[in-house]
Amino acid sequence: MSVLVIAEHDNAHLNDATRAAVTAAKALGGDIHILVAGHNAGAVAQGAAQIDGVAKVLHADSEALDKRLAEAMEGVVLSLAEGYDALLTPASTSGKNFMPRIAAKLDVMQISDIIAVEAPDTFVRPVYAGNALQTVKSSDAKKVITVRPTTFEKAGDQGACAIETVDAGTPAAASRFVGEELSKSDRPELASAKIVVSGGRGVGSAENFAIIESLADTIGAAVGASRAAVDAGYVPNDYQVGQTGKVVAPDLYIAIGISGAIQHLAGMKDSKVIVAINKDEEAPIFSVADYGLVADLFTAVPEFEAALKG
Amino acid sequence: MKILVPVKRVVDYNVKVRVKPDQSDVDLANVKMSMNPFCEIAVEEAIRLKEKGLAEEIITVSIGPAQAQETLRTALAMGADRGILVQTDQTTEPLAVAKILAKVVEAEGPSLVILGKQAIDDDANQTGQMLAALLGWPQATFASEVKLDGEALEVTREIDGGLQTLAMSLPAIVTTDLRLNEPRYASLPNIMKAKKKPIDTKTPDDFGEDITPRLQVLKVSEPAKREAGIKVENVTQLVDKLKNEAGVL
Repeated sequence: MSVLVIAEHDNAHLNDATRAAVTAAKALGGDIHILVAGHNAGAVAQGAAQIDGVAKVLHADSEALDKRLAEAMEGVVLSLAEGYDALLTPASTSGKNFMPRIAAKLDVMQISDIIAVEAPDTFVRPVYAGNALQTVKSSDAKKVITVRPTTFEKAGDQGACAIETVDAGTPAAASRFVGEELSKSDRPELASAKIVVSGGRGVGSAENFAIIESLADTIGAAVGASRAAVDAGYVPNDYQVGQTGKVVAPDLYIAIGISGAIQHLAGMKDSKVIVAINKDEEAPIFSVADYGLVADLFTAVPEFEAALKG
Repeated sequence: MKILVPVKRVVDYNVKVRVKPDQSDVDLANVKMSMNPFCEIAVEEAIRLKEKGLAEEIITVSIGPAQAQETLRTALAMGADRGILVQTDQTTEPLAVAKILAKVVEAEGPSLVILGKQAIDDDANQTGQMLAALLGWPQATFASEVKLDGEALEVTREIDGGLQTLAMSLPAIVTTDLRLNEPRYASLPNIMKAKKKPIDTKTPDDFGEDITPRLQVLKVSEPAKREAGIKVENVTQLVDKLKNEAGVL
């Protein structure tokens, strides 16, 4: 058995979700190799070599791999796939984008967003927005898997293993990177933050969202939002926590002015401790909250923040 | 230019599904079914491109049971021109669907295929990407803006941390994210008109594709229930609980 984990990174930093994918790979058994495909991503390859359990890092470098577009990723991963029994990558927007292409070319049914490994061919994955868990057994000779990073521990460190340079392959089709607009923030990243403060429709406006952001900054938290708040235009879509947004599982999740629609709960119910502040005591969010405070957020949140500062 | 829009019949997004007591599946008996919301966005986007004069014909296709015809009628009522039903009662996994769609693309010759990024039942998020790979076409997944100028396609995508814009030439695959558009409601006259629009019925065998599932579902279970905790009286008590009981601050 040998497993290839495809690293998530931005050419400068290795994303921690890769460590969660390595933990899932360990559960499959066998040798674990990591592919770092990128452009000028030598530091990432060195970081990957230090993840506990990794036997070898494969480093593919080309300009075409700079943004890890799906067509270029298909080229490089397919050129390596033959040597492996399983291919894994985090279920990030990047992994979700390129991995099914590889599965299709290998004539394999991808197993998306796994949350547990029961056996090397049997996996658990959420369906119906997390309202049900499906245990599936794959009959494909090769497994192609995306891993939900929040449900696996992050693999620790080891003494660095070898790094081997591999061919970057040929992109499967032509798409061209035009530009990107990334939210700039000194706050922790939403998907991996220890504390998340989220606002919902109850916050009322984009201006009022400053209340949420201010609390988040006081306690070093990431800022999230419900789909309702995104739909209402209070915050950009990449703040969205939920089945159609990001799935988070921080130590502390503070839901403010969020009613708790099924689709939002699916994105945060694995948080260790959940706090809900909402003036509607019937709001479904209270049914999953460890600590509920029925109060007007415009008075309670500043008071909460002041108490934590003091 | 033709646009192909595959649509899926799924449990309505407002329904909270329940797992069957024997853990064989979720219980879909007497449950409201609708078009997958991301597919609705795909239909809407195709119609908008046609309304701008950028496309001549919108073909919608669904793979599923006889009732998937209703889903096709919804797409036709919104503004698609004709439908193809690939009828089967077997479970069709994304790989099988992508293979059939590849054959439909060969037969119909669309320059653009717009799909929902994922279906809200199996949450697999694969079909569009698989279809792109099988056809050897470029892809723009999770689209929040689509600009078409002749053969040149420019798509803004929702990615972790923000937005990314890609350019590619047709033919191409686009999958839709939530903010791409707000789908229209079909008007009554259009619903009536849609009844007369043609739907061609086929079977997977017509395309010579083996659709045997690769994944065997061993069990469908309820996720662990989270118990409701306590209500605190005020902010002071909340801070105290978080610091001294939960130890998270």
